[in-house]
Amino acid sequence: MNSWLRVAAAVAGKDIVIEVRSKTAILSAVVFAALVLIIFNFARDASLVSSSVLAPSVLWITFAFAGMIALNRGFNLEKENAALEGLLLAPVSRSAIYVGKLISNLAFVGMVEAVALPLFVLFFNVPVWGILTGLIGLIVLATIGFVAVGTLFSAMTVRTRFAELMLPMLLLPFMVPPLIGAVQTTTRMFAGRPLSEMIGWLRILALYDVVFITLCVLIFPAVVDE
Amino acid sequence: MKPTISSSRGIMKWGIALTVLGLVAMVGIYLLALAYTPLEVRQGAAQKIFYVHVPAAWSAMVAFTLVGLVSILYLWLRDERLDAFAASSAEVGLVFSVIMLTTGPIWGKPIWGTWWTWDARLTLTLILFLLFVGYMTLRSAVHDPAERARFAAVVGIMGMVLVPFIHLSVYLFRTLHPMPIVLKPSSPSLPPEMLRTLLLGFLAATVLYVGFVVLRYGLARHAMAQLDEEA
Repeated sequence: MNSWLRVAAAVAGKDIVIEVRSKTAILSAVVFAALVLIIFNFARDASLVSSSVLAPSVLWITFAFAGMIALNRGFNLEKENAALEGLLLAPVSRSAIYVGKLISNLAFVGMVEAVALPLFVLFFNVPVWGILTGLIGLIVLATIGFVAVGTLFSAMTVRTRFAELMLPMLLLPFMVPPLIGAVQTTTRMFAGRPLSEMIGWLRILALYDVVFITLCVLIFPAVVDE
Repeated sequence: MKPTISSSRGIMKWGIALTVLGLVAMVGIYLLALAYTPLEVRQGAAQKIFYVHVPAAWSAMVAFTLVGLVSILYLWLRDERLDAFAASSAEVGLVFSVIMLTTGPIWGKPIWGTWWTWDARLTLTLILFLLFVGYMTLRSAVHDPAERARFAAVVGIMGMVLVPFIHLSVYLFRTLHPMPIVLKPSSPSLPPEMLRTLLLGFLAATVLYVGFVVLRYGLARHAMAQLDEEA
């Protein structure tokens, strides 16, 4: 178990170091998130739709799209110099490789979200101070789910033709439950509703995370093993 | 077992026979719907589409469920015949989904007053349809047959697990779709002529599904046999 955790940490650490040194992918994803937010501002008629009505959808669509860009990168790193084959030749468990990739992808998508959230607050003038802990908790809960599925799928799609198109096509249906749950909960949070009105959605989100992380860990060997 | 040209031809012959049988049965359902079943009091003639819509939805769901189950078997047994079956079932499922997704709005416009609504069941079937379009696109984007089969099986299994989640989350939006009228705890609330026609419709759609899948499966085996002969 201990060595399993060390392998996962090593895979995640290696990805994070590469990203911190190159900064290209994170920068482009952050700029992309900012641009989506700006475009959304012009996609509504300010005199008809107030920003608070649209804010939850804007936040989550931005996260979903920026997350997708970030996820495309995960296994792309491994394509160069057949790095994935090297990783697979190492006598380590496949599930540890998956979990390591999941952690680095979560760190990466989390970083993008950490930059996009203040921008969102700034552009859309939503008061978040009072609900910040709850909102961050919700973001973590919803992000884990779709990043878990996205990590598995990106391991397949990098090895297909038109990978950048394949991943959203497969992943977006899987984003539907987390996105519905996240938008519904965010709307209630912004409206200052009590926790009892959100708990049902939070349970669905938590269940989604548990079920899909388990399934992805079990099924990942089938993706990489020849 | 390696496929041969002659064995795959045999499968295709069965497929053609069953498809013809299914198509004839479908024509029978049309005739029964028009001549035999009574006119529904409130919906009038628009209700007749029900005898095609519901059986098509049934076949589509059977098709997609089988893709999920066979995908599990494939990852376990790694038999290429299972993969050929999953691909056939997914493709035929898409055909029945298209029938369901076109007959639905044709009925919805006069009865609901709208072609489309974001009702739980409509949303679920649309997402399922798009998921399987993704499944087929993924198949066409992978060159190596073994890799294609593994990737497709992964998506098939993931999709099967996704369905209850989508159902749960879209159900919490209010549903407008007619409630079940046949498979429900009390006895079916349908006149016997309507029920008989609907049950025959299920039968016809199932035969048609089997015919299409056998035919498509035979074609897949035929293609494999040809590749083997060339190699």
